[in-house]
Amino acid sequence: MDELILYTEHFNFYYGNFHALKNISMGMEAHKVTALIGPSGCGKSTFLRSLNRMNDIIPGTRVEGKVIFDGNDIYEKNVDVVDLRRKIGMVFQKSNPFPKSIFDNVAYGLYINGERNKSIIADRVEESLTGAALWDEVKDRLDKSALDLSGGQQQRLCIARALAIKPEIILMDEPASALDPIATQKIEELIFELKNEYTIVIVTHNMQQAARVSDFTAFFYLGELIEFGDTERIFTNPKLKKTEDYVTGRFG
Amino acid sequence: MKRKWRDMEQALGFTVLRLSAVIIIVILAFILYDVFSKGAGVINWEFLSDKPRKGMTEGGIWPAIVGTFWVSLVTVIVSVPIGMFTAIYLNEYAKQGRLIRIIRLAIRNLSGVPSIVYGLFGFALFTLMLNLGLSVISSGLTLGLLTLPWTITASEEALKTVPRSYREGALALGATKWQTIRTNVLPYAVPGMLTGTILGLARAAGETAPILFTGVAFFWPVLPKFPQMLSQQFMALPYHLFIMSTQHHEIVKVRPLAYGTALVLIFLIVLMNSVAVVIRYRFRKKYKRV
Ligand SMILES: Nc1ncnc2c1ncn2[C@@H]1O[C@H](COP(=O)(O)OP(=O)(O)OP(=O)(O)O)[C@@H](O)[C@H]1O
Ligand SMILES: [Mg+2]
Repeated sequence: MDELILYTEHFNFYYGNFHALKNISMGMEAHKVTALIGPSGCGKSTFLRSLNRMNDIIPGTRVEGKVIFDGNDIYEKNVDVVDLRRKIGMVFQKSNPFPKSIFDNVAYGLYINGERNKSIIADRVEESLTGAALWDEVKDRLDKSALDLSGGQQQRLCIARALAIKPEIILMDEPASALDPIATQKIEELIFELKNEYTIVIVTHNMQQAARVSDFTAFFYLGELIEFGDTERIFTNPKLKKTEDYVTGRFG
Repeated sequence: MKRKWRDMEQALGFTVLRLSAVIIIVILAFILYDVFSKGAGVINWEFLSDKPRKGMTEGGIWPAIVGTFWVSLVTVIVSVPIGMFTAIYLNEYAKQGRLIRIIRLAIRNLSGVPSIVYGLFGFALFTLMLNLGLSVISSGLTLGLLTLPWTITASEEALKTVPRSYREGALALGATKWQTIRTNVLPYAVPGMLTGTILGLARAAGETAPILFTGVAFFWPVLPKFPQMLSQQFMALPYHLFIMSTQHHEIVKVRPLAYGTALVLIFLIVLMNSVAVVIRYRFRKKYKRV
């Protein structure tokens, strides 16, 4: 087994009194794609958002257990959350481009991280848009509003925006849920490419997608991690009946 | 049969609503017509640019216009930053809980306090206690307090219209909270904040009671000069109007001047409201796709 870049130990999450994640222990291997699957409301997004502490901004939430990244628990008191989020980027379920130009969207992360050198920023913007397979479509209108892009382009723009600050891990929450098959395919190819440089955790409702893009799959049900392992095994030879029912579409 | 009754009910409802709207418009039109027909005659360059003369039976209202301008300026300088920062704190930083609820309730209630109470309070605090005397500063501060609840509430509403996804998106890219607010929340909220502020200011500009206690003068013909005027008394449009229409010794003779003053005051307030509407309209257009 390769090195685990990120793993959780007996991780619990609460929204007030609601116990949303129960005793989750699992790990992400570097330069691999880990898929999170499970029926709606089972805690996939909650888990994903716990990995870069995006849930901190929701009032009344509480965690127990550990999330270890680079050998340190990210929920320790002295952890710099801002720095953590630079290393663990995120693409949201609903694409959320800022009402700025395409260029400024991608440059935003560099800008707030203190980068002011125009040519460095321009290079990185091109590199990120290329990385997100969007460059050719937008290179002639970088100064136009990002809100005028199509849904699929917006989602890729958000991926480019995350890539621009060169994180180590990218968390993606159903990045293709609102897209047509062609745009979806583009995103999937993109994930395949990105794997070389990044570690990816992806939430998806699409079983075929999980099977196609991921190396490992975790099946969540009602806040619990039911089964976790090689994607191929989960889909062809699951140990548990519940997992089998879900991946074959018998419930969920 | 049932169908018919439902239709009738709906027709009745619409008629009541339409009638209410019409009544408002008729009243407004009547006021405007009244003021315009009786005041337009005296409006000329002299009226706008001259001081009152001959015991205010002749001349113009220029000192009152200038006085209202300076007081409004002080009001803005007090009300806008404090209001915006308070709103930012309440909406973005404060931990939502009982204390914040109490603060919000207090702000809500403050906006219902009669303006004469603000006048008394301003008199006690600024004029006497802080020794600012009867002055533009005292009045501006008092009106600043009066508009504060409006500024805060409008600013908070404006902040609430900025989608949470802008904040999350920025935070997820490693922005600090303040960076997020500064670069990805405020730029989209400021137009809304301005709109609310201008509306509050328009209300303040027409207030008489608060400035009555704190600095407005019956007759102050010296044209105010910056900065010494800040610590002096001043004339203001609403108070001038009040004097001309109720306190003057030749009340019938000066009636047209009073109407002229009212017309100028209404014009200024309509102007401010229009600016607010334009800002809001532009803002909507720009972000309507979000
Ligand atoms: N902000 C919140 N406050 C309280 N409860 C929440 C909050 N967000 C999510 N939950 C609850 O936590 C549970 C897990 O939600 P989560 O969004 O993680 O599910 P999910 O697996 O991502 O679902 P979906 O596939 O529909 O996106 C659900 O029962 C949900 O109602
Ligand atoms: Mg979700």
